[in-house]
Order: sequence, then structure tokens, then C-alpha cells
Amino acid sequence: MNIENIKSQFPIFSKKINGNSLVYLDSSNSSQKPMCVINRLNDFYKNEFSNIGRSIHSLAVSATNKFEETRMSVKNFINANSKDEIIFTKNATESINLVATTFGQQNIVKGDEILITDLEHHSNYVPWHFLRETRGAIIKFAPINDDGDIIIDELKKLITSKTKIIAVTHISNVTGTIVPIKEIVEIAHTKNIPVLVDGCQAVPHIKVDVTDLDCDFYAFSSHKVYGPTGVGILYAKKKWLEELPPYIGGGAMISEVKKDKIIYAKLPEKYEAGTMPTAEVITFNESIKFMEAIGIDNLMKHEKEIKNYALEKLRTINSVKIIGNPKNKAGVIAFMIQGIHPHDIATILDDDGVAIRAGHHCCQILHAKLNLTATARASIGVYNNKDDIDMLCKAIENCKKIFDLK
Amino acid sequence: MDLKQLYQDIILDHGKSPRNFGKCVGYNSEAKGYNPLCGDLVQIYLKLNVEKKVEDLTFEGSGCAISMASASIMTDLVKGKSSEVAKKIIDAFLKMIKSSTEMKSDDLDDDQKTKIMSLSGVKQFPMRVKCATLSWHTLISAMEEKKEEVNTEVID
Repeated sequence: MNIENIKSQFPIFSKKINGNSLVYLDSSNSSQKPMCVINRLNDFYKNEFSNIGRSIHSLAVSATNKFEETRMSVKNFINANSKDEIIFTKNATESINLVATTFGQQNIVKGDEILITDLEHHSNYVPWHFLRETRGAIIKFAPINDDGDIIIDELKKLITSKTKIIAVTHISNVTGTIVPIKEIVEIAHTKNIPVLVDGCQAVPHIKVDVTDLDCDFYAFSSHKVYGPTGVGILYAKKKWLEELPPYIGGGAMISEVKKDKIIYAKLPEKYEAGTMPTAEVITFNESIKFMEAIGIDNLMKHEKEIKNYALEKLRTINSVKIIGNPKNKAGVIAFMIQGIHPHDIATILDDDGVAIRAGHHCCQILHAKLNLTATARASIGVYNNKDDIDMLCKAIENCKKIFDLK
Repeated sequence: MDLKQLYQDIILDHGKSPRNFGKCVGYNSEAKGYNPLCGDLVQIYLKLNVEKKVEDLTFEGSGCAISMASASIMTDLVKGKSSEVAKKIIDAFLKMIKSSTEMKSDDLDDDQKTKIMSLSGVKQFPMRVKCATLSWHTLISAMEEKKEEVNTEVID
């Protein structure tokens, strides 16, 4: 697949925004969808729709098989050991909530500690906060340095005999910091502490191998990986899924129900109660095929080139300040323009067809640390090219002109 | 109105040189407004005289251009009005910003209405409406002498 022409596979780019071509730099929030994914969803509803599970008819059997094919593809894509280790949820947030709730029920008592970091998205903080409220857990935050890297020595110091789990992002959705997960997992495992990784920003952009990382839990969302909304993935080592209690109760997650006793289904159904986003999970297989057709190495090379070009060009613009300078940075670029509020930047850039995000990006802890309430953020997807970056820079210049900045 | 034009007008006129900025002498009520999502912060200082007339009205704060310009325009329009008229202007503004392009008010002249109507363009960006209304809600709070801070995530 030719990565240079990949934009043509995304029909949204034929759309005009305020009369301008769309320059989409908000992929950290959610990615656009290629035609193959859109077609797959449409086809399934048109020709193949059925719920999955216990029905005996042909459509149901076919849909069930395809649903399981996606599970197999996900398993291979992130290199899990077994397809039973792949649980479908609503989104990565639900995946993390699943772990926090079930792990908390079984393992957290008053005074136990949960170690997270200053980089975390609210979805990897608030679920743990629930345990602080309901079970009296203590949450500790591993600090970052001025570049936006987690200070590993400080993280080590925060681990105590009370630390029950470490939850950490793989890539920051603000600074783009690529966190050394393997190193953190090694540190944690020497003390028998499990590690949950929020992989939302990593799976669409870098090679993720959960066996190599050796993490205990890994959460991500389909919609950031060129797939449909409504699908989250939780990878968990089988021993955890066998040990932990179920999360949501209802149909499909049971094997036998009696008035005095309920036996839960085996894995992975134990964690998939009720009707799942059947069409979306089946469609997500197309997104994985799309990623594999590009090749993760090609994708990484391309995005790195665009990121470096963007950083280089943005640094030449007066008054633009890039937030964070981590050792390894993904294509997530938070920035400020001195004298212009990020929300004004986003509104004015939108008028030129440039879609960025402004705000705290669900990272108020990180923004407080940076002493900022909001930042502007441009984030790169596989479809972005150097023209997009040129347009971003031009729109920033236009914005500065309005504010009379040199 | 073209968005850039809106920005240009507002910024050049009010964002860069806000009117009535600072603490006015002899204010007898104050209120604080905060938008936790973007950090817009506004402090209103109100001086109501014995006849319940807005004798002076000033603000301090920091935030996006829309929030600062809106606060600046507001102080300009409300100063000198009776508290009854002031409340009517606030109501008319909040109605306009949510559902209309027109500022319906018998208490303002055409020039003043045109100026304030330049803000109605933010309606197409619901996220930005709160920036425009923050100072107005804070003024209500000052007039009613409420003690608690106005928070855009709590009000409508």
C-alpha cells in the first residue's frame, strides 16, 4: 500500500470545511475511517446482520464466527498468547473501569496504594479514584520532569509494600511521551505488582507486543485505530481473567442460572454480558487488516517523518512554544501561542479547515503540573502529509495576524 | 458574520484594550466566575447606589479573547443603567447568545446593539458560548450578592 496516497482512501477528505480542504490533526482524539472500514460496516448491516451467540440459524453462526475472527486478529496484532485474553468492551475507558472495579473488589483494602503517573488521562485516574472513595485506597502519582518524561527513580521510590497495582499510559496524549513500559513492568514485577497500560495512543502508532511488554493489562479503543466507535479492547493475562470476578452481569456471561446458584461463562464470554457492538467488532477486523496492509514499520516511519517536519516548522514560528520535549516522542504535539488562548487558536484554525484540539485533553493533573489550564494540540495520523503541516503553520500565521502578533 | 471578521472586530476593539478593567472605587458588591475547562477567570466589581443604579461596573480577569471582550462590552453597556434595566439587558443577551442573532432590547441604542450582536456568532460553537456568557452570569451573581463562585460547569 502506498502511504503517500493513503489520504484518498479516506472519503472525509473530499469534504470542505468552511470552503477549505480538511486538514485533520486530531487523530489522538479519534481517527478518521478508511473506505474499507466504512464499507464493511455497511455490508454487514446490509447482507450479514444477526446477533451473535446462541442462535442456531446461518446468519447467527456466520456473525459469531466473524466476531471471533476479530478477536483472533486482535490477539495476533498485539501478540497475546490466547484469544481468551482479548475482551471486547465499549471503549478503553470501560476496559480500565473493568480492571479497576474487579481488581479492586478482590485486592484493594483500606490503605492500599495505587501508583499512577502525572501523565495519565482522566480515564486512567478516575476509575482508581473510585477505589479511593469506596475502599479507602491511596493514589500516588509518579512525577515527570520538565521534558515530560516520567522520572523512573522517583517512580521506584513511590513503590511500597502497600502498592497493589501500577497503572500507566503507553504514550501521553499531550506531550507525546513514549513511556518505557517494559522497564516499568520489570521494576513492578520484581515486587509482584501487576501493571495496567493505557495503550490508546500507542496501538494506532507504534508496534505493541503485550507478550514482550509482559504487562498484566493493556487497554485501547478501536476508534483511534481507524475503526468504528463503540469498541474497546482489554487484553489481560489469562490468570487475571480467571481469578477476577465478572464485571457486568446479564446474558451471555453465564453458563448456568438457577434460583440458588449461577455459574459464569468461561473466558472470554465471562466479561462480555449482553448484546455486544456486533457490527462494530466485526468491522474492527477491517481496521486491523488496513493497519497490517500498510505495515506498522512503514506507518511508524511515515508518522515520524511528518512529526519531525512539524516540530521543525513549528519551532521556526515566533511565539509558538511546544509543550514537552520527551526522549521519545510520538506524533502528538501540544503547543501554545504566546498571547492567544488555545480555544481562540482552535476556533480560528477551524475557519481555515484545520482541525486541532484545544483544552486540557482530559489531563488536568498534567496541565496543573505544567501550570497551564489549556493547550492547543495537533496530532498526527497515517493520512497526514507535509502539506497538512504547511497548512497548519499557515493557519497559525493567520491566527497571529488577527491578534496582531509578529 | 464571518468568524475572522468577528474576531478582528472584537479583538481590536475590546480584547486588546478592554474597557472598565480593574477595581472601581467604592464598589459594594463583587463576584467571581470561573470556567474550569479553559481557565477563563473573571472578577466583577459592582457599585450600586441607593437608587439601585449601576453607578460603576468594572472587571478583572484572564482568559480567551471572547470571554474578555464579552466582559468588556458588558461593562460598557450596563454602566449607568438601573438594576432593573441591567437585568433586562442581561436576559436579552443570554437569549441572543443561545437562540437568536438579534439583541432585542429597548434599553440600548442601535450602535450598542450592533456591538453586542457581533458576539452572537459564537453560537455555532457551543463550546465557546460559555466563554461569552461567563461575565454575564457573574454580574447576575454580583447583583444578587451571592457568595459562591460562578462555575460554567454548574450553570446552564
